[in-house]
Amino acid sequence: MTKPLVVVLDYGSGNLHSATRALVAAGADVTLTADADAALNADGLVVPGVGAFAACMDGLRAVGGPELIRSRLDDGRPVLGICVGHQVMFGHGVEHGLDTAGVGILPGVVERLRCERLPHMGWNTVEPPPSTTLFAGLAGERFYFVHSYAVRAADRLPNDARVTWADHDGDRFVAGVEVGALSSTQFHPEKSGQAGAALLRNWIATLG
Amino acid sequence: MSVAIRVIPCLDVHDGRVVKGVNFLNLRDAGDPVELAAAYGAQGADELTFLDISASSQGRATTHDMVRRTAETVFIPLCVGGGVRGVDDVDVLLRTGADKVGINTGAINRPQAIDDITRRFGNQVLVLSLDARREAGQPSGYGVTTHGGRQSAGLDAIAWVKEAVDRGSGEILLNSMDADGTTGGFDLPMIEAVRAVVDVPVIASGGAGTVQHFVDAARAGADAVLAASVFHYGTLSIAEVKQGLAEAGFPVRMVTPA
Repeated sequence: MTKPLVVVLDYGSGNLHSATRALVAAGADVTLTADADAALNADGLVVPGVGAFAACMDGLRAVGGPELIRSRLDDGRPVLGICVGHQVMFGHGVEHGLDTAGVGILPGVVERLRCERLPHMGWNTVEPPPSTTLFAGLAGERFYFVHSYAVRAADRLPNDARVTWADHDGDRFVAGVEVGALSSTQFHPEKSGQAGAALLRNWIATLG
Repeated sequence: MSVAIRVIPCLDVHDGRVVKGVNFLNLRDAGDPVELAAAYGAQGADELTFLDISASSQGRATTHDMVRRTAETVFIPLCVGGGVRGVDDVDVLLRTGADKVGINTGAINRPQAIDDITRRFGNQVLVLSLDARREAGQPSGYGVTTHGGRQSAGLDAIAWVKEAVDRGSGEILLNSMDADGTTGGFDLPMIEAVRAVVDVPVIASGGAGTVQHFVDAARAGADAVLAASVFHYGTLSIAEVKQGLAEAGFPVRMVTPA
């Protein structure tokens, strides 16, 4: 069987090495590139991201990322967003009073978590919906989070969006979304040990 | 709060090799950091810390290669400290596969380095690592040391931690030089004193000898607990520490052996 071809979008954000290696270990044929044709034609596109929302959007725009993501999703071709790569799928992000437009696949705002202990750093549990594909077989597992911002209200998401929630210090936020060809997680599956590897395998199984 | 208390083994590396004795497993080559890191990952370590004690640039380059090889096989967060002075050092480490970088003396010598690094890479990448001890001359009673605890930096530890977080550090690795190597327990009042002044996660280090010590550190407010010798010598396993934390009511990440 041919391995699905996955492109990790290289726009200069974060530890791309780990994401690439984790996807290879999970059974994909992986290319790290910003090449638009490669990103459009791959079986799956991974959008990583760490650091500030605005900086990630700048990097993403510089490689035509928003158009690539929209074009793929319009055609029903899978995209996986990770951490800030998950956040940019929403309408906008507000950091330090600065409001930045996101790729805008989903309505919603990325804002600072309202709790004392930040960053939210470490292994936390999640609450996936029964219809989940990403979290199949992963009930009760913990995933590695590191962030201070998140989508805290999901009431405007489309009805067919399958939302996974998490809780930090009493503040609930969106830990994952599955809608159409888009999957995304606020945590880092590539840093979440065996549970993260299983989630990546679940995603890779939907490709091609 | 349901985020798990992290249990973190710390490996001292020199020129890409683990130093200090390690005999918790019957490894063919106990000095190979990649093999050790994989073994700790399989045991359920929630994160790994490498402390690079190489003195030469060649030694550092060898360590970078070690980080790269580890990141290829061990899919948990990796923190690397040692010799970090500024943005360029951090950039190299992140590119080799580190998720977080620890800064210690480099920040004492030039506190602005914290601002520079966190503005470029975000708060979450920078761990302020400090070697603190009881120092009667400091307002809080705790002082910062350098040179492995042999010299006083002339800084109040609590004031330094506050400044580092104000400048952008996303986490504190608090190592007690009084407790380090004693296996007599963490310095609990010092953990409480740091916890009281910062909201970022605090990793307690130094003094671990028994499971109860880890539980006490978590009770004192530690978000994560780090140890070296008790894990390296096989005195305690990661699973035993987590079991103890769980029995004391703390959330932990239990891992089924592969």
